[in-house]
Amino acid sequence: MSNAPVDNSRRRFLTVTTAVVGGAGAVGAAVPFIASWMPSAKAKSAGAPVEADISKIEPGQMIRVEWRGKPVWIISRTKEMIDGLAKHEDKLRDPASEVEQQPSWAKNRGRSIKEDIFVAVGICTHLGCSPGYYPGTFEEQVEGVPDGFFCPCHGSKFDMAGRVFAGVPAPTNLVIPPYKFLNDTTIVIGLEDTA
Amino acid sequence: MKKLLLLLVALVPGFAFAAGGNNEHVVHADIDLTDKASLQRGAQLFMNYCLGCHQMQYQRYERTFNDLDIPVEIGKDNLIFSGEKVGNHITNGMDSKQASKWFGAPPPDLTLEARLRGPDWVYSYLISFYKDPSRPFGVNNLVFPNVGMPHVLEELQGLPTKKFETALVDGENKERFIGLESDGTGRMSPDEYNQAALDLTNFLTYVGEPMRLEREALGYKVIVFLLVFLVFSYLLKKEYWRDVH
Amino acid sequence: MMFQKIVDWIDARIPMTETWNKHLAQYPAPKNFNGWYVFGALAILVLVNQILTGIWLTMNYEPSGDGAFRSIEYIMRDVDYGWLLRYLHSTGASAFFVVVYLHMFRGMMYGSYQKPRELLWLFGMLIYLVLMAEAFMGYLLPWGQMSYWGAQVIISLFGAIPYFGDDITLWIRGDYVVSGATLNRFFALHVIALPLVLVILVFLHIIALHEVGSNNPDGIEIKRKEGTVPKEAQTTQFTFHPYYKKGKTIIDAIPFYPYYIVKDIVAVAIFFIFFCYIVFFMPEGGGYFLEKPNFEAANPLKTPEHIAPVWYFTPFYAILRAVPDKLAGVLLMFAAIAVLALLPWFDRGKVRSIRYRSVLHKLNLVQFVISFVILGYLGVQAPTPMFTLMSQIFTLTYFGFFFALFVYSKNEDTKPLPERLTR
Repeated sequence: MSNAPVDNSRRRFLTVTTAVVGGAGAVGAAVPFIASWMPSAKAKSAGAPVEADISKIEPGQMIRVEWRGKPVWIISRTKEMIDGLAKHEDKLRDPASEVEQQPSWAKNRGRSIKEDIFVAVGICTHLGCSPGYYPGTFEEQVEGVPDGFFCPCHGSKFDMAGRVFAGVPAPTNLVIPPYKFLNDTTIVIGLEDTA
Repeated sequence: MKKLLLLLVALVPGFAFAAGGNNEHVVHADIDLTDKASLQRGAQLFMNYCLGCHQMQYQRYERTFNDLDIPVEIGKDNLIFSGEKVGNHITNGMDSKQASKWFGAPPPDLTLEARLRGPDWVYSYLISFYKDPSRPFGVNNLVFPNVGMPHVLEELQGLPTKKFETALVDGENKERFIGLESDGTGRMSPDEYNQAALDLTNFLTYVGEPMRLEREALGYKVIVFLLVFLVFSYLLKKEYWRDVH
Repeated sequence: MMFQKIVDWIDARIPMTETWNKHLAQYPAPKNFNGWYVFGALAILVLVNQILTGIWLTMNYEPSGDGAFRSIEYIMRDVDYGWLLRYLHSTGASAFFVVVYLHMFRGMMYGSYQKPRELLWLFGMLIYLVLMAEAFMGYLLPWGQMSYWGAQVIISLFGAIPYFGDDITLWIRGDYVVSGATLNRFFALHVIALPLVLVILVFLHIIALHEVGSNNPDGIEIKRKEGTVPKEAQTTQFTFHPYYKKGKTIIDAIPFYPYYIVKDIVAVAIFFIFFCYIVFFMPEGGGYFLEKPNFEAANPLKTPEHIAPVWYFTPFYAILRAVPDKLAGVLLMFAAIAVLALLPWFDRGKVRSIRYRSVLHKLNLVQFVISFVILGYLGVQAPTPMFTLMSQIFTLTYFGFFFALFVYSKNEDTKPLPERLTR
């Protein structure tokens, strides 16, 4: 047995240092485990931007495309639909799109790039059902509003810009995905002009 | 004990033998995975000459472009012929049953070929085709005798033939094989062709383990960290064990 | 203090502090452990590595004949850091056997299997057996050529059993050849059943160890009958748990925590340097940790030119091939493991450590190690007449170790044991 007195401060210093270095190592070792939960190259490939041809959509009609496993609606809004957006804003929860459910460039009345083309993720912001589209038959849900979306699961209602009506379970407007026009007839969902 | 030592000595040639074991025509492939230009040329050769029959069904175009510093748009226009998306695997539409009929066996997937056989083998194989009229496609291969594949790179290399010289062996005149020589009908000189084969080998080696450079780079950091940790843990151990000694 | 309050609250409900003291802070460990004594701790470390990386691999692995090989390449290429998780697991499998073999050799050197540690040794042998089954089943999962044909060969061994052999192999495979059905059951056993058994056995191994106490390089007891130790030899420097003191005086011991913990941490650092070197710079381990034929998907119609089991099975595989008769070969191979398990009864000596045993014993142990290593080498090679002859010779010397030990250990010319631990 050594007779040298125990140097407690040195011992404490080395204990703490080794623990800190070892702890850093443990954190480093955790990185691959955590990172491996991120979307894989396969998921990213499946979630890559999708192109859609919009030349064939009649006014008032909707097409659905799948983007990252979710339905994305593309609707050609009629003149009446566009004009109608201003008429029921007193019945909406967030008429000016204050809540960030859209890229900043879509924070306008139509929540869109072009007034006549409306693009939205067709997933109700309440619990994830996909609402139905009721062109011309929405009156029975909201008086005086001819067109809109109605979610059959819990009765949430949205107007033709995906804005939620007050007094329904859904808390926010529908999500507008990033998208851009490649040309007049092609739209790409998942990409946006960053400028 | 002595007998044991003798036996051990007897084993040594066995060990040496086990280390070799490759075909005599396999030569070293001096490839460099950091040489992006070589990898890009290799990728181009693969897409033009190999992909028609051989897939890389586990490797994606996009990953390849990124790792090889090929801008995605350029890669899309110049290296994807099937109009597939960049996120897709490098595949062709070949029906493997039809292919079996044509070549005797379906052309193997090449994603892991260089890992399976080693870069040296791949390189040697690519430079070892020679004219052999007895074979269905008129060519044979020194490294892979009676191979079922035609010499796809003939357009580049020309058609090599086996060259012999007459030499006196054990008092008799015998024909001795001295190598292959192209008939010169290809677009490339012998040196250019060897470089092309090397580029293709380099690319196949990359595809075999695309994360290899990343793995080694991370490895250095980890080892350095562990050495630091070793120093502290050793000092800590010494400090505590002063109680005991 | 808040912390003490929480500890007290827990201690009133489960014996947390008590367990900590009994098995770590107040566990008396001989003070003279040398470097050979780190491999038990390292084996636990590797077990943890295998369990963690294994769980993570399972998240992306697809246990089916169609999907297995593809999903491995998916893990290697598409999953972030998937390659690292896989290399950690594949290198870990080999590392497991490296540390376990060294751990077992330590036990043989210092007689750690002798009375009263026979059961401890048997638990260890069970761990070794389960580990071999675990490794074998895991080896099929990548569904490469070597996986497939290796499994084919090993399962066929059971065909040597008289009368029922063919039915048993059919039952193990669940098909007429190794197929997706085989893969699925091996997957279930590999990821759930065997790891569970392994963890339980490791627990029992440690409980058994702490009951009889650790052996040491001198092979003499540190717990002496009360009253037999002179006053000046007794130290009061350390506190040991009363459980270990019933009627005993403990000498030359130190508490496991902190002394052996800090020592094992150094061992862990050194081990990781070697381990990570392989993972990051030679994950194929020269073709021994990841074998080349496994870079080709399983093909039931084409056997690779040369198949050999993974390196950690090859000594036993060489013994199998040394015998020209199938059944006898299989029996001899299992006997080779059985004699190892029966080591406590082959060794009739009273002296444990090689330090104080006869020259004959030292030579015998050396020849055993040489035989084992050479058999391991022969198991990798293609069988030639010379290699087969050598396999037969070294199979004899392998078994010879045990029989010679049985004969000479009864009246062995040993050196006198020291009164106290020497270092």
